[in-house]
Amino acid sequence: MNKEPMFHMSKRESITLGKRIMIYVAAILLALIVCAAVIVGLVHMNPLGVYKAIFDGALGSSRRIWITIRDTLVLLCIAVGLAPAFKMRFWNIGAEGQVLIGGVVSAACMIYLSDKVPNVVLILLMLAGSAIGGLIWGLIPTFFKAHWNTNETLFTLMMNYVAMQVVTFCICFWENPKGSNSVGIINQATQAGWLPSVAGNAYFWNVVIVTILTVAMFIYLKYSKQGYEVAVVGESDSTARYAGINVSKVMLRTMAISGAICGIAGFILVSGSAHTISTSTANGRGFTAIIVAWMAKFNTFIMILIAFGLVFMEKGATQIASQYGLNENASSIMLGIILFFLLGAEFFINYKIERNRK
Amino acid sequence: MEQTYAIELHNITKRFGSVTANEKVDLEVKKGEILCLLGENGSGKTTLMNMISGIYYPDEGMIKVDGREVRIRSPKDSFDLGIGMVHQHFKLVDILTAAENIILGLPGKQILNMKQVNKEILELAVKYGFEIDPKKKIYQMSVSEKQTVEIIKLLYRGARILILDEPTAVLTPQEADRLFEVLKNMKKDGCSIILITHKLHEVLSVSDRVSILRKGLYIDTVKTSEATVESLTEMMVGAKVELNIDRPEPVNPVKRLELKNVTCKDINEVVTLDHADLTVYGGEILGIAGISGGGQKELLEAIAGLQPVSEGSITFYPEENQSKEIANLDVADIRALGVRLAFVPEDRLGMGLVGSMDMTDNIMLRSYQRGKSNFLDRKTPGELAQKIKDQLEIVTPSISAPVGQMSGGNVQKVLVGREIAQKPKVLMVAYPTRGIDINSSYAIYNLLNEQKKKGVAVICVIEDLDVLLELCDRIAVLCGGQITGVLDGRTAKKDEVGVLMTKHEKGGVSHE
Repeated sequence: MNKEPMFHMSKRESITLGKRIMIYVAAILLALIVCAAVIVGLVHMNPLGVYKAIFDGALGSSRRIWITIRDTLVLLCIAVGLAPAFKMRFWNIGAEGQVLIGGVVSAACMIYLSDKVPNVVLILLMLAGSAIGGLIWGLIPTFFKAHWNTNETLFTLMMNYVAMQVVTFCICFWENPKGSNSVGIINQATQAGWLPSVAGNAYFWNVVIVTILTVAMFIYLKYSKQGYEVAVVGESDSTARYAGINVSKVMLRTMAISGAICGIAGFILVSGSAHTISTSTANGRGFTAIIVAWMAKFNTFIMILIAFGLVFMEKGATQIASQYGLNENASSIMLGIILFFLLGAEFFINYKIERNRK
Repeated sequence: MEQTYAIELHNITKRFGSVTANEKVDLEVKKGEILCLLGENGSGKTTLMNMISGIYYPDEGMIKVDGREVRIRSPKDSFDLGIGMVHQHFKLVDILTAAENIILGLPGKQILNMKQVNKEILELAVKYGFEIDPKKKIYQMSVSEKQTVEIIKLLYRGARILILDEPTAVLTPQEADRLFEVLKNMKKDGCSIILITHKLHEVLSVSDRVSILRKGLYIDTVKTSEATVESLTEMMVGAKVELNIDRPEPVNPVKRLELKNVTCKDINEVVTLDHADLTVYGGEILGIAGISGGGQKELLEAIAGLQPVSEGSITFYPEENQSKEIANLDVADIRALGVRLAFVPEDRLGMGLVGSMDMTDNIMLRSYQRGKSNFLDRKTPGELAQKIKDQLEIVTPSISAPVGQMSGGNVQKVLVGREIAQKPKVLMVAYPTRGIDINSSYAIYNLLNEQKKKGVAVICVIEDLDVLLELCDRIAVLCGGQITGVLDGRTAKKDEVGVLMTKHEKGGVSHE
């Protein structure tokens, strides 16, 4: 005998902000409980102690707080760059490569131009150069898509590996010391091309640049005609053509902006924090930023929160790795569990589950 | 006399969120009966049928098949009970033959005996009066042949209760008549048929009984022999509706648009519009008739600048002695020439509007570029949105609610309202009332007539020939991309149009 199903789901028409926040809070609490169960079950440790270590790792001292902020800014910058591309439903998974190319151009300027031009000019050249580098890296796959309708997902992904090879190639020339197979800290003595400290704070300019980009992108997407075109193209090609929008042109323009901002993220990494370049300079942030952009639904202010949350967990992870002798993968598991619940929360925001009435 | 029903529904209720799609619906179908299910769009017909075919599960109520209470939790449960549904959109594999599609997914022996299958299919065809070639591939078939395959597929699987969702929407009048003959044969054989349709004359000519739904509520079931068009409409709409469409005489028609030899090809180089010649006058409504896929879409899109034209010319006449060539220009170019061309496309939310945006943002879709500023002006379109909402009585919580959440009729009013607000010289509408309730439909016909009186050249593609013959001054008929004739709307007969809709021949153009 067939039994009647117990539950059914239906789409919500609207949801109050309070309820939405409650669902997210519930998701995080559930995630922490599951994490605790995993910690106790696998390594028999006190989960509260582990949570405290995570907090200490991210925000335990003034220095740690600034490192967390620094990394949040880079992740946020890439996510802000990806926002217009993904809003246009252009699957740009090539941010990794765009960041690397931006970084390479910055490093090249630092190495070749530091004794030729004043520092201010050098930094401005680095900023412009990295933006142009990222722009070109973003435009290549877009050009092919606009003209021959190639698949941008594969193309942008492959461009990442090309960018990595470009970096490897440059390292051969820039090796310091010779034979180390790495570039080392560039201009350590002169600090030429480093974003200067302001009032003793090394990351002042990082904050300024990323804040400007975040606010500008918010306004661009919401209030400008070009932002409106991005939204229409993202919804449907035929609607865009019907509205008289030149889809190829909008695609190229938007990816130019997206690539340029990702390139600037590379500049911030090289000039504003690492002061060196390697194939792992981007370190997967180009992919993590996709999650940041999508979860924030392209609202750049919400991206700040999400980027911070992810970096917070990452820093905490390093801490528990050293403090408890846990492998860093332990924190990846926790981050995975938290993301799982947060993405799952999206389902409960869009749908509701009801019990079938008898 | 006690009679077992083939299928009975009692007190069926289905809710989607706060929307009640069906409330306490009762429905009974006898064996050997054709029951028409009548109701406006959004009255819950499709939801009800989806519960019988196992796509939805009812929140409350009971379903009985052959007098036994059953639970239908999946399409498979529904199949096992002998229930089959022919959807509006066919679900066939294009590259397989009819026979292969029919046996697809059926359990059977390891070795397929196609000869045997073909024989069985032909036996079914003879029994019910179908015409079918089991070895023909689906992509070579006409719409009506595909529909035949869908129906035989169900019969081959032993379905005794068949649901047909608006089966005649895609057929010519002649093909529809043939379908009804087949349905009558099936009825004689003891099958039960539920027919969903909007067309009242079909209801009256084929069904035994009619059940009427209105806004999710079950209204009544009446014997067809005791029903009239007026009584059915009244039950369907809930109030008496004036069914006559106004058709004022065109005043001082001037040539507005001329198509010469216009040919379009799709990406596979297949000709979709074949040397079409057409003249359109301001102050008249020109109707376009044809089976779906006959080139109507391409014709309108070629004029609107959305379809490349491989041959021929499209000339726009803003005034007498002035002309502008617009073939192969895109939407922005045409606008830049100062040609005021409004277009209500068939795919409302896929082309005409952006479902996730609110009314204001949709209203400015075709005018946002105006002005030199880099930033959007939402004030003017916002005021226009409010005006359109008030004038056309659009039901929506506010102009900042996404248009995708509105009902079909209101979505269409937003679209038509926006296009008319551009004060067009040429207004093109494709299927303006498809899926729209009767009251909104008449509101839209009135809007078209108003535009006509203002001297606008109105071109409309409408699938319902009855409406076309009542509304239009002239009717151009398309078949296979060719214009097979242009008729006077006041004197043309329905079967004349029907013949032209299927007339394939070169140079069949008869201009007046």
